[in-house]
Amino acid sequence: MTWLREVLRRPAGAFGAVVIVLLVAAAVVAVFWTPQDPFETDPFHRWLGPSAAHLFGTDRVGRDIFSYVFAATRTTVLVAVLSSVVAALVGLLLASIGALGPRWVREPVAVLIDVLIAFPVLLIAIMLSAVLGASLGTVITAVGIGFGVNIARVARGEIRRVARTGYVLAGRASGLGPWRSLTDHVLPNIAPVFIVQLSLSAGVAVLSEAGLSFLGYGAPPSTPSWGRLLSDLQNYVTIYPLTVVWPGLAITVSVLAFNLFGDALREATDPRLRSSRRRSER
Amino acid sequence: MTLVVRGLTVRFGGRTAVDGVSFTVPDGGRLGIIGGSGSGKSLTTLAILGLLPEGATATGSVLLDGVELLGMRERELARIRGLRVGVVFQDPQTALNPLRTVGRQLAEPLRLHGLATRRQQRAEAVRLAALVRLPDPEQLVDLYPHQLSGGQRQRVAIGIALACAPGLLLADEPTTALDVTTQAAILALFDGLVEDTGASLVFVTHDLAVLARISTDVLVLSEGRAIESGPVERILGAPQQPVTAALVAAARATSFRADES
Repeated sequence: MTWLREVLRRPAGAFGAVVIVLLVAAAVVAVFWTPQDPFETDPFHRWLGPSAAHLFGTDRVGRDIFSYVFAATRTTVLVAVLSSVVAALVGLLLASIGALGPRWVREPVAVLIDVLIAFPVLLIAIMLSAVLGASLGTVITAVGIGFGVNIARVARGEIRRVARTGYVLAGRASGLGPWRSLTDHVLPNIAPVFIVQLSLSAGVAVLSEAGLSFLGYGAPPSTPSWGRLLSDLQNYVTIYPLTVVWPGLAITVSVLAFNLFGDALREATDPRLRSSRRRSER
Repeated sequence: MTLVVRGLTVRFGGRTAVDGVSFTVPDGGRLGIIGGSGSGKSLTTLAILGLLPEGATATGSVLLDGVELLGMRERELARIRGLRVGVVFQDPQTALNPLRTVGRQLAEPLRLHGLATRRQQRAEAVRLAALVRLPDPEQLVDLYPHQLSGGQRQRVAIGIALACAPGLLLADEPTTALDVTTQAAILALFDGLVEDTGASLVFVTHDLAVLARISTDVLVLSEGRAIESGPVERILGAPQQPVTAALVAAARATSFRADES
């Protein structure tokens, strides 16, 4: 866990880690409790400014914006986690086949990765929701595949680098089969790079979910989402500009947190930085 | 174990890197393979166990106690590697997995070939660490490779190669990456261990002094071809081929300079 200590030592990394922990905590609490029902309308209290009763004010039908933003952390965290899992699986599978498979499989997979990278995540998501209908599942699948191929490209190069190292050859010379060689030697040694990519993909997932929900391709009306709230409020942005600040701030801070955490993680796990630290320990 | 190699040819892309090399290592015999860079000596050792890099293909015949290894299925080869044939590579800096303890890596061949249970692993690792004369074996097996010096890492690599007491050892320039003092110590250790286990040995090097120290017979490779072979004294004393003569002359020149200074 030395890498975690390294991340927390950097201000940006600590900020990212704290926000991520708060997000997850809020999402867990929001499953059981929100200050008020995020969908309850109140025609007598529309467009209220921030107050003790309504921290972020109310919207055009009198819903409590704070409760809605709070409830939407569920969606955000769910999408971030699940699309990272999908991205990890897609990335690992494509990277392993693309790096270690026989030549006639490897090269087409490499081309496939390059072709899929050319498709923006947003386009994949719009295509998918046209076929499957707008849902969080569509968003998760689209971001998972979209960022999965990005991970695959990075991980493929790393796997190829590690597979050529002396200890992999030495392991084979000790009688390790190709499959065990992958799980025992190669994957643990690409893990740092992989984890960094995953953390960055969580940021992309949050942003994509918000963007897609804003456009109506993401969360259905029954699911609270920052992007959906933003699109509800944006028609009145000239009259009630303060209301759009809250979901906008939530999206910005979350994405920033994931990216800063990912960057700090990259610095903390960079083998060159690690080796220089070791040298100074001696 | 007896190793008989006949007409071994390794093609790399369109190029022939090893061209019809033949040699025999009798049971308990010690063969040194010598040659300059690119003479195909490393590829020859890798080809014996089917460990050639991708894109390289080997033809010919490699018989280990009468069993043909070339063209053997990967699964069967894996049962021979580490168990009956041990390999020591050139670079101790990269030959160990940085994320695993030394002890786990020492015992790995035993575990892979079902010779030690998980519980016995540690005791076996300590035994092997002591065998290759590593300091404080009990503590050392819990260290990671970066906490060891180059010479210590090469001792670990030798311990791994010897873990299952193989009948044949392949050593691909195991002392080249080490400084001269460490080199001498590792060589002495290696010599003693091979003597004790009675294993046959194929030792690849470009250093004549090392060769003379460790092996009884020698095979000279140049540009992928075997150009001369025989007992060390005869080849080094009276080289027949100009390439061998040049190698001997070069070694004399460097040692002469060393004597003068």
